[in-house]
Amino acid sequence: MSVSEDVILKVRDLNAYYGAAHILHGINLELSRGEAAVLIGRNGAGKSTTLKSIMGLVRPAAGEVIFEGDKINGLAPYQIARMGLGYVPEDRRVFATLTVSENLEVGRHERPGMKAEWTPDRLFELFPNLAEMRERTANQMSGGEQQMLAISRTLMGNPSVLLLDEPSEGLAPVIVESMAMALRTLVDTGLSILLCEQNLAFAAAICTRAYVIETGQIRHEGTMNELLDRADLRKAYLAV
Amino acid sequence: MDFAFFILQFLNGLASASSLFIAACGLSIIFGVTRIVNFAHGSFYMLGAYFAVTLAPRLMESINPFLGFWGGILAAAMIVGLLGVLMEMLLLRRIYHVPELFQLLATFGVVLIVQDLVVLIWGPEDILGPRAPGLKGAVNILDQRFPEYELFLVAAGPLILGAIWLLFRKTRFGVLVRAATEDREMTDALGINQKLLFTGVLFLGASLAGLAGALQIPKEPANGFMDINMIAEAFVVTVIGGMGSVPGAFLAALLIGELQAFGILLFAKSTLVLAFLAMAVVLILRPQGLLGKPAVNTEHSEFASSIPLRPWPRWLVLAWLGAIVVFACLPFVVDSFTLKLAIEVMVFALFAMSLNLLIGLGGVISFGHAAWFGVGAYAAGLLAVHSHSPMLLALAAAPLAAGVAAALVGAFIARLSGVYLAMLTLAAAQLIYAIAFQWTGLTGGDDGLVGAWPDAWAKSRVVYFYLTLALAGGAVFALRHIAYAPFGYVLRAGRDGPARAEAIGINVAAARWVAFTIAGMAAGLAGGLYTFSKGSIDPTVLSIPTSVDVLAMTLLGGVHTVLGPVFGAAALHLLQDFAMPITDHWRLILGGGIIAMVLAFPEGLVGKLRSWFMPAEETP
Ligand SMILES: Nc1ncnc2c1ncn2[C@@H]1O[C@H](COP(=O)(O)OP(=O)(O)OP(=O)(O)O)[C@@H](O)[C@H]1O
Ligand SMILES: [Mg+2]
Repeated sequence: MSVSEDVILKVRDLNAYYGAAHILHGINLELSRGEAAVLIGRNGAGKSTTLKSIMGLVRPAAGEVIFEGDKINGLAPYQIARMGLGYVPEDRRVFATLTVSENLEVGRHERPGMKAEWTPDRLFELFPNLAEMRERTANQMSGGEQQMLAISRTLMGNPSVLLLDEPSEGLAPVIVESMAMALRTLVDTGLSILLCEQNLAFAAAICTRAYVIETGQIRHEGTMNELLDRADLRKAYLAV
Repeated sequence: MDFAFFILQFLNGLASASSLFIAACGLSIIFGVTRIVNFAHGSFYMLGAYFAVTLAPRLMESINPFLGFWGGILAAAMIVGLLGVLMEMLLLRRIYHVPELFQLLATFGVVLIVQDLVVLIWGPEDILGPRAPGLKGAVNILDQRFPEYELFLVAAGPLILGAIWLLFRKTRFGVLVRAATEDREMTDALGINQKLLFTGVLFLGASLAGLAGALQIPKEPANGFMDINMIAEAFVVTVIGGMGSVPGAFLAALLIGELQAFGILLFAKSTLVLAFLAMAVVLILRPQGLLGKPAVNTEHSEFASSIPLRPWPRWLVLAWLGAIVVFACLPFVVDSFTLKLAIEVMVFALFAMSLNLLIGLGGVISFGHAAWFGVGAYAAGLLAVHSHSPMLLALAAAPLAAGVAAALVGAFIARLSGVYLAMLTLAAAQLIYAIAFQWTGLTGGDDGLVGAWPDAWAKSRVVYFYLTLALAGGAVFALRHIAYAPFGYVLRAGRDGPARAEAIGINVAAARWVAFTIAGMAAGLAGGLYTFSKGSIDPTVLSIPTSVDVLAMTLLGGVHTVLGPVFGAAALHLLQDFAMPITDHWRLILGGGIIAMVLAFPEGLVGKLRSWFMPAEETP
C-alpha cells in the first residue's frame, strides 16, 4: 500500500442539521496519513459544523465518518478524542480560570501503544511563549497565547489527526506566521491536520491539499497549488 | 447589647455559617458541573443525619466513644455519597438533556420518595443522636459560656473549604471538575468521560451534604423536616454565592449565618424571611450572584417549540362542546362527594392553566406559583372571615390581590431567566408562606382561617358547582384566547428567541411581566374559589409542595399544548384523591410518578396524544 492511499480520516456523504435548518448537504472528504489539508470557505459555509460533526459534537443526520478504518459516528466525543482525533475549536475555548499547566492537564491522555508522547516540556519547546507562563491563568493571556495553549492542550492527548478550526482568526500577522511554522513542524513529525480556514496564505503555508466548501457542499477539491493558480475558484468561493 | 454578647452572637453566626456552607457547597459543585439544580440535596442532608444517629451510637459502644462517634459521622457521609452515585447512575444520567424544569421536578420526585422511605425505615419519631465525645462542655469567652461543639463547627467550615481548595488545585479530578464547570462540552471533546466525572461529582457533593447532616446530630434530632428546611437555605446560599462557586457559597453562608444570628434579635421569627430578602436583593443587584459568572445567553429557550399553534379542527371543537355539556350535567347524575371533587378539578385546572401561560407560552419557569394561588385564597378568606363581606366581593378581591402581588414581584424578576428566575419565584413564594405562617394575628398562622363558607344563595353544592364552572371555565377560555391572540405570539417570540424578539421591537421583559401578572390573577381566582369550596385554608396552599403539584399537573398535560394542563389537573387530582385514602405512601407514588413522567414522556399526556392524532408536518 502506497503512502498516498493510506487514508486516515474519511468523511462520506455527511448531512447535518441545527434544528430544522439543513446545514451540511453531503460532505465528502479524505485525509491521508501525514497530510495537511485545508477546508476553506466563507463565513457560514459550514466549516465548523463539519469539524463538530466529525468530533461527535453535532450528531450528523446521515453519512459516515471513518477514522483509521473504523466508523466513529455515533460515538461520544470523548471516545472519538481518545481514539486519536484532536479537536481545537474556533473560539479556542481555553479554561479561563485554569492555569496553563492545568489546561494542559485536562487534555492529557496517554494512548496505549503510541510512540509520540507529548509532555508539557516538549510543548514548551514548540511554543516557547507558553514556557514562561505555566502558572498564569488563561484569562490573563493574549489571543495568540490562548491559541497556542488550545493547540497544546489538544496535543496532550497525543492525537494522530488534528482538527483545527481557524487558528489564525484575530491574530497579529507575526503571530500567524509563527503559528504556521509551528504547525508545519507538527506535520513534519507525522501528524495529519485538517485545517478550517478563510486565510488562504496561512493555509498555503501549511497544507498541500484543499477542499473548497460553500453552503454545506464541497465545490472543489485539489492540490493547494491548483487553488492558488485558479483565480476563478477563489473569486467564486472565497472572499476576494 | 453589650460587647461580650455581640461577640457570642457573632460566633453563633459563624457556627451556623459553617453548617450552611458544608450543606450548600455540594449543591453548588453539583450544579457547576452537571447544570442540574438538585432538590434532593436536602434529602442527602437528612439521610446523613439518620445514618449518623444509627451508626454512631453502635460504633461508640463497640469500638470506643471517640473513634466511634467520628467514624460514624464519616461512615454516614460516605454512605450518602454512594447514594448520590446511585442517583446519578439511575436518574440524572437520563435527564442531562431535558429542560431544567424537568430536572428540578425529577429531583423533587426523589425528595418525595426519600421522605416516605425515611418514615418506613426509621419511623415517624425524631431520633436523638449522641453528643460529641470531648466536645460536650462549654468554654468561657468574655465571661460567657459558649459550647465547645459550636466552636468546633466554627472551625469546620473553613477546614472543609480548605480541603476542597486542595482537592480542586492539587488533584486531576479537581482540575477536571473546575474545567467542566467552565465548559463541559470542551472537556468532552478533550477525551474526558463525562459519565465518570459526573458520578465522581455526585459522590463528592452528596457526601458533603451527608457530612453536614451528620454533623448536625449533637445539635438536633434526626427528623423528617430536615430536607425541606435545609434545601431552602442551601438554595439561598448557592444563589447568593453564585451557582457553581465554592468560595461564593462560603461568603454567602457567612452573610446568611450572621444575618440570621443578628436578625433574630430584631424580628424573632423572621430569619427565613431575612434570608430570602437577602437573596432577592443580591439577585436584583447582581443576577449571577456574588462570585458567579453571568449565565451564557442561550438564544433558543429550552421550551422553544417547533410545534406551531394550529387552529382546532372542527371535530375537536365539537368534542370540546360535547365534553362541556356532559360535564355540566354532572350535578344530575353524581353524588355530592363527586361534585366536590369536580369543583376541585375545575379549580386546579384553572391553576394549572395559569402556570402554563408562563411556562408553555412564555418560557418562564415559575417554581413558586402557589404564591398567587395562596394570596388569592387568603384574600378571599380574610374578607369572608374577618369582615364578613359578600362572597362575590371576596371572589373579586382574590384575583386582584394576587394580581397586584404578582405584578410587584414580577417587576423585579421579569428580566431574569432560567434557574435564577425559578429560584427567585421560589423565594417569593417562601416569603409569602413565611408571612402567612408567622403573622398569626391576621392569618391564624399554622391553623389557618376557618369558616369561609359561601353566602346563603350559593350554599348548595350544585349552585357552587355552576358558579365555579362559569368563573373557572370562563377564565380557562380567556387564557386559551390569550395563547392565540397577538399577545400570545409576542410571548412565544420572546420564548423562542429573546434576542431576535428584541431585534424586531418586542420588549420581552415587559411581555413577561404582563404575563406574570395575568397568570397571578388567574391563579388568585382559582385560590379564591378553592377557599369557598373548602370553607377553610391554611399555609399549605402556599407551600412548595403545592407549587410542585401544579407544576406536575401542567407537565402531565404537556407544556406545548394550550388546554393540556386542564387534563393534567384532572388526572393528578383524581389520582391523588383516589390514592391518598388507600395508601400511606402517597409521596412514594407521586415521586415515582413524577420521575416516570419526566423519563417517559416529557411532552406530557396531551402532547403525546396530539402527536398520535394530529401529527405535525414532517420535520427532520
Ligand atoms: N448552533 C447553531 N444553531 C443554528 N444554526 C447554526 C448554529 N451554528 C451555526 N449555524 C449556522 O450554520 C451555518 C454554518 O455554520 P458554521 O459555523 O459551520 O460556518 P463556518 O464555515 O464555520 O463559518 P465561520 O467562518 O463564520 O466560522 C451558518 O449558516 C450558521 O448560521
Ligand atoms: Mg467556523
